[in-house]
Amino acid sequence: MKRVSTGDKIFYIVNNIILFLMIAVCVYPLLYVIFASFSKPDKLMQFSGALLYPLGFDTGAYKEVLSNSMVWTSYLNTIIYVVFGTLTALIMTILSAYILSRRGIKIKKLLNVLLISSMFFSGGMIPTYITIKSYHMLNTIWAIILPPAISAMNVIVMRTSFAALPPSLEEAAAIDGISEYQFLVKMILPLSKSVLAVIALYYGVALWNSWFSAAIYLDKRSMYPLQLYLREVLINSSTDSMTTGVAEGDKVAVSETIKYATIIVSTVPILCVYPFLQKYFVKGVMVGSVKG
Amino acid sequence: MKTNLNTREPLGQWFLGLIKEIKNHKFIYIAAIPVLFYYALFYIKPIYGLLIAFKDYSFVKGVMGSPWTDNFGFGHFVSFMSDPYFFRILVNTLAISCLGLIFDFPSAIILALLVNEVRSEKYKKVIQTCTYLPHFISIMVLCSMIHTFVAKDGLVNDIIAFFGFERSNMLVRPELFRPIFIISGIWQGVGWSSIIYLAALSGIDVQLYEAAEIDGASKIRQIFHVTLPGILPTITIMFIMRTGTLLSVGYEKIILLYNEMTYQTADVISTFVYRQGLLNANYSYSAAVGMFNAVVNLIVLALANKLCRRMSETSLW
Repeated sequence: MKRVSTGDKIFYIVNNIILFLMIAVCVYPLLYVIFASFSKPDKLMQFSGALLYPLGFDTGAYKEVLSNSMVWTSYLNTIIYVVFGTLTALIMTILSAYILSRRGIKIKKLLNVLLISSMFFSGGMIPTYITIKSYHMLNTIWAIILPPAISAMNVIVMRTSFAALPPSLEEAAAIDGISEYQFLVKMILPLSKSVLAVIALYYGVALWNSWFSAAIYLDKRSMYPLQLYLREVLINSSTDSMTTGVAEGDKVAVSETIKYATIIVSTVPILCVYPFLQKYFVKGVMVGSVKG
Repeated sequence: MKTNLNTREPLGQWFLGLIKEIKNHKFIYIAAIPVLFYYALFYIKPIYGLLIAFKDYSFVKGVMGSPWTDNFGFGHFVSFMSDPYFFRILVNTLAISCLGLIFDFPSAIILALLVNEVRSEKYKKVIQTCTYLPHFISIMVLCSMIHTFVAKDGLVNDIIAFFGFERSNMLVRPELFRPIFIISGIWQGVGWSSIIYLAALSGIDVQLYEAAEIDGASKIRQIFHVTLPGILPTITIMFIMRTGTLLSVGYEKIILLYNEMTYQTADVISTFVYRQGLLNANYSYSAAVGMFNAVVNLIVLALANKLCRRMSETSLW
């Protein structure tokens, strides 16, 4: 066992305490929301300070949220946008990364220029909006899923991973005489499952969280994704549509718990998958940083 | 096969080479079609659309048909410079991103250094899982949590009241906007941004620490003399990348947090572009403002890159 000096001992103790506080700061706000969402509305109203457990137990807020048809519509919309958006983005990213990972291809140069310049300069909010409008894509799913289909950072991560496959693979493929399409589908992709998962997750989470493009491109409420509906309920504080069955006097109190319950309902899918997928996310950052 | 544009082979020869290549690599060129289409439609076309910054754009006439604006096409830039809000949004943008650079940027490095010194692998894992967690909360949920926490009866005000200060709705107080924005940003991003430094830290040679220990260096001295120099290249690269976005702060979050009462400290260039362009339909003017923003970003990036190359040999290009 190594001898640890007193100074270092103090350092370790202080360090562990700081990091423990850090954990508390990161996790507590979420716990607070969970506790508050299950609390009895009237008790929560009177309470002041840090919740350490739910005040009473009341699932009324969840019932209101889950019986709201707009919650379900927007949830379904989000799932559609995430599934199709991720698929589109994944295909486009695989194609770009594959082209960029091949050696001695003329078109690679053009693609590289486009890719790198898109990291530093773009048309910006207004010209992009006008472009989308001129394609008559307003109020269509295309406006949501097509513009973010290639993210330069993700292409670079995937290209790096493709290029890291042993060159002998390509030689073997050339000897066997399989086509480039088969080489991609039967050799590269099966060997790159983990990076594909990472990139799909990145796109998926980005689409799940995105609201701004929906806010500017969609104005039909029936097409709203979840995040945009959340804005109505949480930021603009219009819980009226959910408190129709509630007595007038309780409305203020109930709308508080409804807000918390809405946050939980909309975040639960991500929080459920997060612990299992964390290592993939982290891996993606690592791969990207190696040759970013 | 050597195919380099810079070798100045005659154009005809290059073209023949291309045709031969298309024949040999059919699939690559088929795959390139959707990709190039994507860039043409969603990248090049908006850049071409930037022309409207120099014109008086109307949707009916289109980008080409709209007339050029006064001052040789720079009319919108001139009127932006003399806009009564020009100074305010420029200062706000710089203030918010500089504060981010001062507080947000080092916080991830500090966290990584601290986590790196934890000796129990299990505890390390727990810390990492917990600090990465906020990254996965959407901006919308984050902002609504801020809204409820800093409201007059919210958690933050409860704590403030506990220490004997007065409750207030903090989101309508201009002097509190920037702290709220920066602190919530750190909360959400610090763990995630630390990953890259942790990766760099794991690459430092253990022998360096052993040598330092034999020399009698304390843990804190080791951090300053072994660990920090070890990750300096990573820090430099991240710093350059960060300065490149100096003038583009996260407008989505600002739009969800600001209101007319906090415009004086919260309104930045991109939110101004959003309001002028999309809410008031001043397309040309706001495109000019956005372009001004993008060009300044590029210049700052190039300057930061040059500076870092001169000082530390690490640079983007």
